[in-house]
Amino acid sequence: MPLSTEGPVIEASHLKVVRGGTTVLPDLSFSVAAGSVTGLLGPSGSGKSTLIRAIVGVQHIAGGEINVLGGPAGRPEVRGRVGYVTQDASVYEDLTVRENLRYFQRIAGSPRDAVEEVIEVVGLADFGNRVVGRLSGGQRSRVSLAAALVGKPDVLVLDEPTVGLDPVLRVELWSTFHRLAESGVTLMVSSHVMDEADECQRLLLMRDGHLVADTTPTGLRDSTGEADLGRAFLRLITHEEAA
Amino acid sequence: MSTSGTLSTALRVLSQLRRDHRTVALIVVVPSVLLTLLRFLFDGQQATFDRIAPPMLGLIPFFTMFIVTSVAMLRERTSGTLERLMSTPIAKIDLIVGYAMAFGVAALLQVGVASTITFGFLGAPSNHLVVFLGLAGLSALLGMALGLFASAFANSEFQAVQFMPAFVLPQLLVCGLFVPRALMVGWLEALSNVFPLTYTYDALELVSTRQTVPGQVGRDAIVLVGFLVAALILGAATLRRRTD
Repeated sequence: MPLSTEGPVIEASHLKVVRGGTTVLPDLSFSVAAGSVTGLLGPSGSGKSTLIRAIVGVQHIAGGEINVLGGPAGRPEVRGRVGYVTQDASVYEDLTVRENLRYFQRIAGSPRDAVEEVIEVVGLADFGNRVVGRLSGGQRSRVSLAAALVGKPDVLVLDEPTVGLDPVLRVELWSTFHRLAESGVTLMVSSHVMDEADECQRLLLMRDGHLVADTTPTGLRDSTGEADLGRAFLRLITHEEAA
Repeated sequence: MSTSGTLSTALRVLSQLRRDHRTVALIVVVPSVLLTLLRFLFDGQQATFDRIAPPMLGLIPFFTMFIVTSVAMLRERTSGTLERLMSTPIAKIDLIVGYAMAFGVAALLQVGVASTITFGFLGAPSNHLVVFLGLAGLSALLGMALGLFASAFANSEFQAVQFMPAFVLPQLLVCGLFVPRALMVGWLEALSNVFPLTYTYDALELVSTRQTVPGQVGRDAIVLVGFLVAALILGAATLRRRTD
C-alpha cells in the first residue's frame, strides 16, 4: 500500500483495545491532519499510552481500525516513518549518546548526518560522547527524543515527553516540537498536565478510554467559560457526568 | 532480513559488551581458571583430566551464552528498548542474528583462550581440533537460543539468573559427565535423552577421546542443530511486535 500524503495522517475508527481482560479503549474515533501538534490530554490511566502504542503498532487491537499514513498502523512500510518516544527514556544506558543515535539511525535507514543534526536539535552537542547512564534524567529523555528524531519521521508520537523536566527545558522542547510541525511533521503529544494544552493546535481530551472532547484551546475556553484550561477540563467532565 | 539491521545490532551489542570490562574479563578468564583448577584437582591423574577437560571446555560456552543472553534480552524487554525497536523497521530475525553474531564473537574469544590454556599448557589431547571447535560453537549458539527463550519467562534479573540452576544444572548432572548414562536408573536415562546438553557432551567426549571421529558425532550434531532451530523458533516467538 502506498504511503498517502493526502487525507488524515492518523485515523482511528471504532478502535477497541483490551489489555489483560480489561477494556481500555472501548470505541475510539478521531483523525489528525498533517503538520499539526495534537495534544492528547487526560488523567493518568485514561488510556493515552495505550492509544499511543496502537498508533505506533505495538499494541494488540481487539476491534475497529487505526490507520497511519493511509494504511494500518505498524505495517512494515510505515514503521520507518513513525517516530515513537516512550514515557521512560528507552535508550541503551551503557552506550554513549552518539552510539545510541548511530544505532537507531542505521535501523531507520536515514542519512548518516542525521545523528549530528539531532544532537544539535535536542541541545546535547556537548554530551555526544557521554555514556547515557551518566546523564541527568532530563538529558536522558532528550536522548530518547533524539533517538526517535534520528529516523527523520513524518509522524512523531510522544508519550508524556515533558514529565519530570524543569520549566526551562520544557519550553525548549515545545519550541522544538513547533519547529518540527512547521517543517511538516505531524506530532501527537500526550500529557496529564493541562497547562501544556495551550501549546497544541488541537486537543483530544480523554477520560476512562473515551474521548471527552475533540477541540482547540480556544474552543475549550469558549465552551466552558473558564480561562484556565485545567479548570475547563474539570468543568467539561462534571458537565458530562451531570448530563 | 537485512544485513544492515543485523550488522548494526551486532555492533551495538559488541559496543555494550566492550564498555563492560568486568563482564568481558569474566567471560574470558573464568573458564581458563576453572580448567586449571581441574588440572590440579586431578594432579597425578592426567588420564582422568584428559577425559574430563575437553568436554567441560566445550560445555562452558553453553552456560555463559545462556546466562548472558537471558539477562541481555531481559534488559532489552524491561528498559523499553525492545518496544522501541518493535516500532522501527527492524525485523525480529535481524535482532536475533545480530545478538548471535555479537555473542558469537565473545564465545570465540572465550573458547580460544580456554583452548590455548587447556591444550597448550595443561596437556589435554587436542584431537580433531576443528570438529571440536565446531561443536563448542554449536554449544554456544544453543545456549544463546535457549537463553533468549528463557528470558521471556523472567520478570527480573534475579529470576533470569535462577534459570541457570533450574534448567541448565539438571542437564549437566545427567549428561553423562558425572555418571555414564548407561549406569543411570531407567527414568533418568530417558530424561537425559530429551536434554540437548546430553548430545553436546556425547559428541564432545567422542571427538576428544577417539582416534577417528565416529559417525555418532554426526548424529549428535544433527540432533543439536534440531534443538537449535527449535529453540530459535521458540525464542523468536517470544519477541512479539504487538503485545497486550
